[in-house]
Amino acid sequence: MFTMASDRSQMGRELRSVVVETLQDLMKTNDRVVALEADLGGASGMTKIAATNPDRFVQCGIAEADMMGIAAGMSAEGFVPFTHTFAPFATRRAFDQVYLSGAYAGNTINIYGSDPGFCVGTNGGTHTSWEDVALMRTIPGAVVCDPADDVQTEWVVRAFAEMGQGIHYFRANRKAVRNVYAPGSTFEMGKGNVVREGDDALVITAGQLLSDALDAAEALEAEGIGCEVVDMFCIKPLDEDLILSAVAGKRCVVTFENHGVIGGLGSAVAEVLAEHGISVPFRRHGVVERFGQVGSPHFLQKEYGLTAEAVCATVRGLLG
Amino acid sequence: MTTDTLATARLLAAKIRRDVLSMLLDEGQGHLGGSLSIADLMGVLYGKELRYDAKNPHWEDRDRVVLSKGHAGPAWYAALAESGFFDRDVLYTLNDGGTMLPSHPDRLKVPGVDMTTGSLGQGTSTAAGMAYALRLKGSSSYVHLIVGDGELNEGQCWEAFQFIAHNRLNNCIVYIDDNKKQLDGYTKDVMNPFDLVEKMRAFGFHAVRVNGQDAAALDAAIQEAKAVQDSAVAIVLDTVKGAGVPFFEQMMGNHSVKFNTPEVIDEAKRAIAALDAVIEGSEA
Ligand SMILES: Cc1ncc(C[n+]2csc(CCOP(=O)(O)OP(=O)(O)O)c2C)c(N)n1
Repeated sequence: MFTMASDRSQMGRELRSVVVETLQDLMKTNDRVVALEADLGGASGMTKIAATNPDRFVQCGIAEADMMGIAAGMSAEGFVPFTHTFAPFATRRAFDQVYLSGAYAGNTINIYGSDPGFCVGTNGGTHTSWEDVALMRTIPGAVVCDPADDVQTEWVVRAFAEMGQGIHYFRANRKAVRNVYAPGSTFEMGKGNVVREGDDALVITAGQLLSDALDAAEALEAEGIGCEVVDMFCIKPLDEDLILSAVAGKRCVVTFENHGVIGGLGSAVAEVLAEHGISVPFRRHGVVERFGQVGSPHFLQKEYGLTAEAVCATVRGLLG
Repeated sequence: MTTDTLATARLLAAKIRRDVLSMLLDEGQGHLGGSLSIADLMGVLYGKELRYDAKNPHWEDRDRVVLSKGHAGPAWYAALAESGFFDRDVLYTLNDGGTMLPSHPDRLKVPGVDMTTGSLGQGTSTAAGMAYALRLKGSSSYVHLIVGDGELNEGQCWEAFQFIAHNRLNNCIVYIDDNKKQLDGYTKDVMNPFDLVEKMRAFGFHAVRVNGQDAAALDAAIQEAKAVQDSAVAIVLDTVKGAGVPFFEQMMGNHSVKFNTPEVIDEAKRAIAALDAVIEGSEA
């Protein structure tokens, strides 16, 4: 069960620290959990694990594809590997190794792809991932998560450690994001959360944009538009039942993602709507046919139209 | 190279260091260590070695440069600005929203940048392809490929080196910036490179090690590489991460430096002032 944070304007813990500290905690009771890095331990904080649990930290160097293969090999020997690198390098760059040595060969690789989408900031276009969710969704049996805040990120890391065989991918900022959930909240893999109810519009989102979606819903309500918000933090497996029940009676549906519109959350929801013959005004609000670029995360969020204001405009446009 | 042109190369290296420090100080952070370690190489390349036309950056007969360790972009941008490819003021737009100077080099945005890099390893293969294509075209232009020592962790580098050596692409000079550090620390602790000269020789390269902070040594090595007839060529640069500014050379975490304490800001300002004095002295 989840409860909402008392103050949504507050920033939570840095997500990288959440990941590192959760792994350190898991290592106390599970001697199979190992952390693999690709020379970004300084950037992710993973090198702290090298200090506390030197025999559980595996430095792979700047060799992401190799790291995924090493993880697969360790999995075959019974370990539970958690790997980290920036989201594009964890997915685009190492995709075949994750796909074949990992998934096809029946091994387990847990993957933290950091700084997805506009979180990339000044690392710019080469480090930007508008397609990581799309890629990972295509892997049979993969679990793909985009947690909203520190509470949900910790829950996802703990859940991944227990999940057994398969590819388990989550994407998250390294830095702190705004609070959405109260500490102690729990979730269910494959189940979305209705975090706000409303009668007119339905916004389905994931990741740190959940905060922006809630801002948007408040702004729309002030205009007399009731806006329901669903947190689809688990993009695969997708909560079809929730989509079908939430869409009932709504005058429009908008997906809102820090990702390209091809293959991500928007596509996943569109597939469900189409295959169930549901005809409702619908938009995938995300990045359309563009590459990344440099700028502050704030600049980039605006530049790619991923703000609360922009999603409000999309909803208004659909309601006409 | 005459004493005069060596002096030009050294002066350019000082300007590159000054500009890199100024840009990153203005930006508040950035990849300082790996930018400073290649300042002398950039000085020699743009100060004398390269054939280029700053007003016509796509000139067919130019020599090409691929900075595979793309995070050192600021050093390249400084070299390009000081060589007239664009205005020095543009340097201060580094990483600003909408800038033409992103942290990592972009061939579609920056005049003088021949290949887009930033995802480590990838520049090596593209440089190999450019060298192969130049040979097919019967061109006498060179490709100067600059690779990081940490970057060599990427298997792709060795795939590209295989191709370069197999095809005896001696029109592609491979520079390995052996500054002994990568992001998480010393290369020998993160992923031991062992003997890079021996490694390159085993791959079929004519390989030498030179002091990468010494313009004369760099120049001599480049001339030697150009004289090699029938094999690929590599120059391993013995360098120091943060080279030229003792404070930053000694800083352990000098990969990406944050200019957010009075001490670091002061040191950067002092280094800029010292470099300015050197530059004024030699231009006087
Ligand atoms: C494929 C890829 N993985 C990771 C990174 C992040 N990264 C940027 S620089 C760097 C360390 C580079 O070390 P080195 O090549 O030795 O560069 P230098 O020390 O000369 O700065 C890392 C891991 C990247 N840019 N690309």
